[in-house]
Amino acid sequence: MASGSPAVAHVTPDLAAEHGLSSEEYAHLLDILGRAPSLTELGIFSVMWSEHCSYKSSKVWLRLLPTEGPRVIQGPGENAGVVDLGDGDAAIFKMESHNHPSFIEPYQGAATGVGGIMRDVFTMGARPVANLNALRFGEPDHPKTRHLVSGVVAGIGGYGNCIGVPTVGGEVNFDEGYNTNILVNAMCVGLARTDRIFYAAAKGTGHSVVYVGSKTGRDGIHGATMASAEFNDDTEEKRPTVQVGDPFTEKLLVEACLELMATDAIIAIQDMGAAGLTCSCIEMADKGGVGIDLDLDAVPTREQGMSAYDMMLSESQERMLMVLTPGAEEIARAVFTKWGLDFAIVGITTDTGRLVARHKGETKVDVPIDVLANSAPEYKRPWVLPEPPEAIDPSDVAPPESIEAALEAMIGSPHLCSRAWVWEQYDHMVMADTLVRPGGDAAVVRIHGTNKGLAATADVTPRYCAADPREGGKQAVAEVWRNLTATGAEPIAITDCLNFGNPERPEIMGQFVGCIEGMVEACNTLDFPVVSGNVSLYNETNGQAIPPTPAIGGIGLIPDITQIARIAPTAPDQNLVLIGPERGHLGQSLYMQIVLDAKLGAPPPVDLEAEKRAGDLVRSLIREDGVAAVHDISDGGLLIALCEMALAGNIGIELAPYQGNLPLHAVLFGEDQGRYIVAVDGDGQDILTRASESGLPARLLGRTGGDAITMGDESVFPLARLRELHEGWLPEHMRTI
Amino acid sequence: MKSSVIVFPGSNCDRDVAVSLEQLTGHAPAMVWHGEAVVPDSDLIVLPGGFSYGDYLRSGAMAAHSPIMTDIIAKARAGVAVLGICNGFQVLTETRLLPGILMRNASLKFICRDVLLRVERDDTIFTNHYTKGDVIRIPVAHHDGNYFSDDDTIRALEDEGRVVLRYCDADGTIGEDSNPNGSRANIAGVIDKTGRILGLMPHPERLADEALGGTDGAPMFRSLLEALH
Amino acid sequence: MKARIKITLKNGVLDPQGKAIANALGALGFDGVDGVRQGKYIELELSESDPKRAEAEVKAMCEQLLANTVIENYQFELEPA
Repeated sequence: MASGSPAVAHVTPDLAAEHGLSSEEYAHLLDILGRAPSLTELGIFSVMWSEHCSYKSSKVWLRLLPTEGPRVIQGPGENAGVVDLGDGDAAIFKMESHNHPSFIEPYQGAATGVGGIMRDVFTMGARPVANLNALRFGEPDHPKTRHLVSGVVAGIGGYGNCIGVPTVGGEVNFDEGYNTNILVNAMCVGLARTDRIFYAAAKGTGHSVVYVGSKTGRDGIHGATMASAEFNDDTEEKRPTVQVGDPFTEKLLVEACLELMATDAIIAIQDMGAAGLTCSCIEMADKGGVGIDLDLDAVPTREQGMSAYDMMLSESQERMLMVLTPGAEEIARAVFTKWGLDFAIVGITTDTGRLVARHKGETKVDVPIDVLANSAPEYKRPWVLPEPPEAIDPSDVAPPESIEAALEAMIGSPHLCSRAWVWEQYDHMVMADTLVRPGGDAAVVRIHGTNKGLAATADVTPRYCAADPREGGKQAVAEVWRNLTATGAEPIAITDCLNFGNPERPEIMGQFVGCIEGMVEACNTLDFPVVSGNVSLYNETNGQAIPPTPAIGGIGLIPDITQIARIAPTAPDQNLVLIGPERGHLGQSLYMQIVLDAKLGAPPPVDLEAEKRAGDLVRSLIREDGVAAVHDISDGGLLIALCEMALAGNIGIELAPYQGNLPLHAVLFGEDQGRYIVAVDGDGQDILTRASESGLPARLLGRTGGDAITMGDESVFPLARLRELHEGWLPEHMRTI
Repeated sequence: MKSSVIVFPGSNCDRDVAVSLEQLTGHAPAMVWHGEAVVPDSDLIVLPGGFSYGDYLRSGAMAAHSPIMTDIIAKARAGVAVLGICNGFQVLTETRLLPGILMRNASLKFICRDVLLRVERDDTIFTNHYTKGDVIRIPVAHHDGNYFSDDDTIRALEDEGRVVLRYCDADGTIGEDSNPNGSRANIAGVIDKTGRILGLMPHPERLADEALGGTDGAPMFRSLLEALH
Repeated sequence: MKARIKITLKNGVLDPQGKAIANALGALGFDGVDGVRQGKYIELELSESDPKRAEAEVKAMCEQLLANTVIENYQFELEPA
């Protein structure tokens, strides 16, 4: 080995502890190096072994998730997952959290979250075509909520709109459990050709390691360790480490990378995300089985006097690292210069298996790559699963004063009101391929230049997960599958963003384990593999953890875009058919939460076999052009779903009187799973027959017409009133910021 | 009809408008990088939507000084038709080829949704396939679409019939309620004195294809084809 | 030398951001604010050391790019390095 040991700067166990390493971990580090680390090396180990980069608490459980399937080209472990869409088309997608940065500085935190996830996708050769997000905020009236909502939404829009990638879907929830730990989960879906997918493996020695994009500053130094640290009252002090996004540069970076990817210049490419240069070098070298020598004097910097430590750990945004084929340097330089981006050869791949970094004539880092990449501790932390609560019989749940009063309270509540105020701040139509806009079950974008569509959605119901992690985990996956199906898509694969509290507490670890087990069961039954994902732990403040929130993002394929179902009925006199069970399950329902101010009982169970049969039937009907509209039934139950359809189509619904044995409020507001409402031009009898052949309950609900939702002679809900309530709450609430 | 679409760093509706041009006029446009000195021989030059130079400083301000603009301004003065959509409209005002300026939306928020527009002129090369008084549905997507000009300029625009599109209600009424961004006189699109340069904030290319849910943008491209072949 | 440039909206030009700031200040209990106008501040490091030439240069920059004189005024001061 050519280089000598790096100079040891006074690294002490205390300093190691300040870097978040436990005493066992520090001892392990000393063992690996056979000496004390340099300050830069300490920084490198601390980020590589942080929860954020190493998944040390979650890895053993993540291995349980199914990651393979006939359409999977690349599962977890790369920048993003890749699936086959046929005809040489591939979708590349992932979801990632940017929770802590968004709480500290909502605009920039959310913006850089969007920027980071897009880089993960275009790094692999895909043009990003759709962004989604899953946002959780505290109670609407919490003093911070308006400021956070306003900043996060503006930040997501500010970044995505400028880049010109439509933000087509997502979800927004409010719950006191997120008062001091909001969740900002950003998902990006890109399209590539299956024969032009780029990976991180830096195979071969003697190749140039090239830095492109923005210059390096001191942004976000130790962002990765911050992302894995619990909050306390002086977290506000951490403000200077927040990164600032530059969507304009990222737009140039997308175009430049895609232009270079059309040539054969790139062997490997990796985004500089968490832990910046360190993480990207180590991942590329480890996957390629090589070493890397870095010349830090060549790294483009934008601040004076940056140290090796700063450069190795900076999280400045909009930067990429590439390994080029021999002789391709000038082609690459020309492309990046044309786009006005920095381009620098900063290193070379070697056969030493070590990461060596020199700065101003001194060796600052000299560490074995294999060990650094693969020696992160792995913990099977103690866990306890909470005792699942008892299911509550519908007749034991108090009825509302009146159905009208309950509906008004629910449709105009923060939980069920229209999110248009949010998505109208996102450009959801740029690229001119958005076939189904936000506000439906899943968004659909056309695969550019083809007759195929890609459906995408992101969902989870945290109150179900909190009550029973296993059922909640199952339900999250099932709801994604259902939402994709409701557009006519064949669900293909998911990405997950697993947000939990402190895993060192057994009850939190139990939530994690339970959710994973539920997800595994649902993924297996629904043939719905996980191809990418992210874990965000330590989402708690002063010991108060968030509700368990395994956000699931899914994509599906629509082979023929003339066969897409939307939620809006298209004409009067269309019959509405309910497909799926009616058990009136009100435990953990929004009815209970909003009308009775309680969160009691078991969440609705998911019968995965029935779920699959119902979805397969609905998808067949859509593809046979047998339906005018489809909507799945989820939060708020049947009547809320009917209202959403009526408002979307701006057409009333006459409901037939309910003839069954359940309490009416349980029928209208129960959240039984695996259900769809289908609107048809005919009398709907054939659908009842088909459902019965599939072993599924189904009944006629009523028909479209008029300008109100009516139930027999008794209840009339004028659409205008419903619309006022539904569309009014969020803009009114956000007016006074 | 030969057309060119100018690509600035940060343009992001260049492909969208190229697709519409190709589908509706039968000719694929030339895509022209902003750093070029000369626009190829064209009957129509399109400045597309997007965030040229990130819209840093002021929307469209830096693109207005791109190398290609010298030739565009010369060609525009020589009578070549120029269409500026959204960011392209902002660039046209910054070059002073069109009067006024697009300021931050009155709501201060980015706004993306379908709006209704009243067609005020059906005798321009851009709108001859509409009928005066038509109410059309076309999306907007902008942060800076609040059209402002001083009183004299607004009066001149009105007197000369140079307001081509206005935000309106479903029945064509012009009022505060139908104004998405605070534009003076609900102005959504204006034309220059020669009738050859149009700037508009709405995106006709986004609703010019039945699959996208509407085709009210398509007549603009058909109008240009008829006028410019 | 260093140029410090202030760009403000002309009188009579609607300033939605300024209005929003005024509202926010009011909401925070600052009642004594009668009006808010916001603008931009730009600092330039110039290699030019002759004040006359620097002044002409900065003026041209403001006219051509930094300010839009349809709606904006600018003023600047120069400071020797």
